[in-house]
Amino acid sequence: MLTAFAILIDGLVYASWLFIVAIGLSLIFGVMKILNVAHGAFYAFGAYGAATLVGLYFEAGLPVAGAFAAMLLAAVLIGVILGGILERGLLRRVYGRDEVIVLLVTYAVFLILEDVLLLIWGADSYFAYQPYVALGNVVVGEMIISTYDLGLIALAGLTAIGAWWGLNRTRSGKLLIAVIHDREMSTTLGINVTAVFAITFVIGAVLGAFGGAFTAPKISVTPGLGVEVIVIAFAVVAIGGMGSVAGALIGSVIVGLCRAAAVHLLPEVELFVIYAVMALVLAFRPQGLFSRAEARKI
Amino acid sequence: MPDRTLLLLCAIFAAAVAVSFVMPSWAVFLTTIAVAKALVVLGLMILWRTGLVSFGQALYFGAGGYAAGLAGRWLGLTDAIALCLLGAIAAALIAWVVGLLLARYREIFFAMLSLAFSMILYGVLVKSEALGSTDGINIASATFLGYAPSGPAQVVSVYLLTVLAGLIAASVVHVFLQSTIGQLTAPIRDNEIRVEYLGVSARAVVHLEVVIAGALAGAGGVLTALAVGHIDPEMAYWTTSGGFVFVTILAGTGSVIAPFLGSLLFEMVRSFAMAYAPETWQLMLGAALLVTILFFPGGLWSLFERRRARA
Repeated sequence: MLTAFAILIDGLVYASWLFIVAIGLSLIFGVMKILNVAHGAFYAFGAYGAATLVGLYFEAGLPVAGAFAAMLLAAVLIGVILGGILERGLLRRVYGRDEVIVLLVTYAVFLILEDVLLLIWGADSYFAYQPYVALGNVVVGEMIISTYDLGLIALAGLTAIGAWWGLNRTRSGKLLIAVIHDREMSTTLGINVTAVFAITFVIGAVLGAFGGAFTAPKISVTPGLGVEVIVIAFAVVAIGGMGSVAGALIGSVIVGLCRAAAVHLLPEVELFVIYAVMALVLAFRPQGLFSRAEARKI
Repeated sequence: MPDRTLLLLCAIFAAAVAVSFVMPSWAVFLTTIAVAKALVVLGLMILWRTGLVSFGQALYFGAGGYAAGLAGRWLGLTDAIALCLLGAIAAALIAWVVGLLLARYREIFFAMLSLAFSMILYGVLVKSEALGSTDGINIASATFLGYAPSGPAQVVSVYLLTVLAGLIAASVVHVFLQSTIGQLTAPIRDNEIRVEYLGVSARAVVHLEVVIAGALAGAGGVLTALAVGHIDPEMAYWTTSGGFVFVTILAGTGSVIAPFLGSLLFEMVRSFAMAYAPETWQLMLGAALLVTILFFPGGLWSLFERRRARA
């Protein structure tokens, strides 16, 4: 019973993390049909940026509560700067080429940013544990759960609601859905697709950096942390269906629970259970669980 | 008139054998690794002609390496030629099974599904104590049909075998690409449905491509393992696949010689970059990839072709 509860909590915490990382990737794919490998780099920059800002913040001796604002600020700054430069400077030039070519372009950007990260922050580890420690623990029955982790679940929930509301209940969200469904037709109706693309990419980048920023307090921020993230986020998005909020949510919960179950019950399969699930889902529903298949065009 | 590419391949092979007597040991080793990895790239090149990118070629590369390592450890098999065949067959079998699924997908789904399969192997290798876990396992010195060299002679023997494997693989792939099925690999990229109107199953062709690419990657894995003398799960990690994809795009699909040139250039630049500027190696890779995609969509090989067309 205790194990089941632990699996549930661990799974949900992991799922929230996955969701925050994957939703940006999914959004960019849904709107622009770009599988953005550089998302892993946004995540890593977010983590480093937040660790640096939080470090500066506590050196200044300010109250703990503001540290969360500092993390958020780091994510937005990184996302807007990196996302903006990348979209306006590079991706704009390869729109309309094969999806696979654009994938390779973002892969190249990922390689470049990995080294830029090393050049800026060096090979040392950074720590930003203060916000994590400051929130303390909650005791439920026999289990001790970190309040920060519970906060992450709430944050993921808020992000999901925000994304759903923004897409389905606002004017700009509806314009975005129009672009997702038919880019050419949207252009003829007077939607500025170029602007929609730029804004979507920046929002996606901010979400990636956001995931990194709020993970930073839980881990030691070291080089190479973006490499792991990118494949796992791909797996989540592929399971749920690319370009769907509900899909990313369900995908994260499935992967989160599977991995938590594996960690507690059968640690040997921890690494491969995620990809086994992904392969299984893709085998039966190549477009993912929550995405409609596209008609073949001759 | 004899085929010019085949003649050129034989000439390159003869030159490669001749220089092995004068090259310093480090250059022999570097060329061995480059040619072994070029086998993997050769397979990716066939897929790339159909517009398919496999971000999971490390699956077959790793499978080949581990097949050689385990055959040596459990069966005491040390004959390099037998190990090569074993690795290629093992990888081809895996590719056939995986291909049953993969052949149904195109574009990004193909890339991601192959990535998922390679990560499954990586996950298994990292967690298996019997397979050496993250430390990997050492490979015993190879023998060649009963000849058991040691020291520098061992390095040169592996080199000669690798170059011979390169010659055979490149010739076979070249002949394959000239065949009817081979000629159809590029049209499938352009319009799959019209290819099917010709009476050919696109799925069967892609499946065949996956198996050929898998067998080549398996052989490349065995040769790399023999040259390095050690294997670890990193061989099956997705960044290894990414490196292969990189060389494929860089080299281009114009000729079966392109992967060898591309791979040699890649290994040379890498060993110099590692020695003089290790912290900017990935940055240089990324920049080179961007320049290739933006300005030379046909890869380095297209530079040769353009010159020939002008002449």
